[in-house]
Amino acid sequence: MAGKTVSEKILSARSGVDARAGNVVVCELDFALGTDAATPMAIDYFDAMGGSRIRQPERFAFSLDHYAPPASAKSAALHDRVRAFARGHGVHVWEVGDGIGLQLMVESGRCRPGSLVIGADSHSTMFGALNAFGTGIGSSDLAAAMVSGQVWLRVPETTKVWFDGTLPAGVHAKDIILALIGRLGQEGANYEALEFLGPGAQSLSVDERLVLSNMSVEMGAKAGIFLADHTTRAYLSTRVVEPLTPVEPDADARYAREIAIDLSVLEPQIARPHDPDNVVALREASGTRVDMVFIGTCTGGRVSDFHQVRAEVEASGGIAPGVMLVLTPASREVLLELVRDGTLEALTRMGAVLTTPGCGACCGTSGVIPGDGMTVVSTANRNFKARMGNATASIYLASPTSCAAAAATGMLTGPHVSV
Amino acid sequence: MHVRLEGRARVLGDDVNTDYIITSARKRETIDERVLKQYLLETLDPAFAASIQSGDIVVAGRNFGCGSAMEVAVTVPLAAGIRAVVARSFARTYYRNAINNGLIPVECDTSVIREGDRLIVDVGSDLTVRDETRGVTIAARALPAHMLRILEAGGLVPYIRAYGGFEVTA
Repeated sequence: MAGKTVSEKILSARSGVDARAGNVVVCELDFALGTDAATPMAIDYFDAMGGSRIRQPERFAFSLDHYAPPASAKSAALHDRVRAFARGHGVHVWEVGDGIGLQLMVESGRCRPGSLVIGADSHSTMFGALNAFGTGIGSSDLAAAMVSGQVWLRVPETTKVWFDGTLPAGVHAKDIILALIGRLGQEGANYEALEFLGPGAQSLSVDERLVLSNMSVEMGAKAGIFLADHTTRAYLSTRVVEPLTPVEPDADARYAREIAIDLSVLEPQIARPHDPDNVVALREASGTRVDMVFIGTCTGGRVSDFHQVRAEVEASGGIAPGVMLVLTPASREVLLELVRDGTLEALTRMGAVLTTPGCGACCGTSGVIPGDGMTVVSTANRNFKARMGNATASIYLASPTSCAAAAATGMLTGPHVSV
Repeated sequence: MHVRLEGRARVLGDDVNTDYIITSARKRETIDERVLKQYLLETLDPAFAASIQSGDIVVAGRNFGCGSAMEVAVTVPLAAGIRAVVARSFARTYYRNAINNGLIPVECDTSVIREGDRLIVDVGSDLTVRDETRGVTIAARALPAHMLRILEAGGLVPYIRAYGGFEVTA
């Protein structure tokens, strides 16, 4: 009998059966997240299912992040439904201004190595950065999890993504994952788990790993998993007191395929409108005029992202006239760190616009909505037409450094400094 | 279980994401599918919602329902009278949400189906699509057994009401 992948091991442990790729298993979940975009509907399903109590309310959390702050009375009413339900059932709520639920799951130590974490948010694949099996579900499955404490999952086949080398200066996590999405396409990893392995994977920071795991879903992947190493342990040392239980694949684990990428030869990438797999090298799109630059989201709103933006904009002499540079920290913790270290002062003095921690302008639900015909370059994970609330806007996706270079020059261009 | 659906094909392309089915920005105002159905697929075709007839069958290419896992992308087409989506392939969250709500996801080669064709979808131990206009019958991938049970129960709500949890064997 062949060995097991990380996914097979975690799903075996949580289901109590010998789970192999292709099996369907019922798992006890370790934790589940519901956002304000999915939880109001989950409450309706929970009530319709005859739900009276949540089986293990301490294993759930709700985040008010997509409509943060609420821009209408109706969005505010959706928040109040979530708050009232959470109060009645003893579920933790992350309030408006606390940040993006996915980020708060990681910061608060709720997402742990070897655990099964589901989220009513497709970007829950992000939890794989900390060696969890993280995957997205809809509102009805979240409701069923609240009633039963369970989720059914088909055990995925796994693709091994092996990274050698280290990133050159000026090239970042977003460039790695855009290159991979461009190569495999939007359906290229549908129903599969990805395991990110090799010395190049270990060379990445937690902030960087979160970007790769998060955007695995842009290829349809069910999970995108890193191993837990000294970097993981250092990150979690102040966040989790219990011993960690990381999971590694067996040496003879069976993989559907293997993809090898040399990080040392990567160059900056960009996804052009209107699909995240419409990827080219940034230099092929350089010269395109930009009206708005958005730094934020669960794939570009962390401390290291803003440090890269500050360095690039400062080295280039400030923000170009006519460009709106919008900053949305992923969480209150990120915001406070950027206040302490002077990054926000530097960027806002140069003219940047600061908005509430949360999902911000990513999906047109709060924050800045681009004007008609505008071109936006963003650190977000999706650039679908109308994604930011205006179907006539053109959205490009790039690394924080590449976005900052656009803010400084008013056009898509290679970075000025090598950070 | 045997269900036969007849309707008119409404043909879309590849990679129709859930934001295209219903935008995130619309959803922040209401999750009531009876209201949201007037915006169905507005980004791809502003006239689409008004042209829908109850019983229409959505036909698509690869990777239908990719992107966000938002479930309004299933409940809104249902509210508009669409009972089945026939696609070359589906994103995993859409397939799952569809079954949970009783929208039948039919995975098969859709290349011969043209806009307006008369389709008959038979859901039972076999899953087939008959294109009456073209005179061809297309075999579709059978629904996984545990998902067929959820569909037979009438969706995840009646399933959980009946069983209280999941009973799936590998």
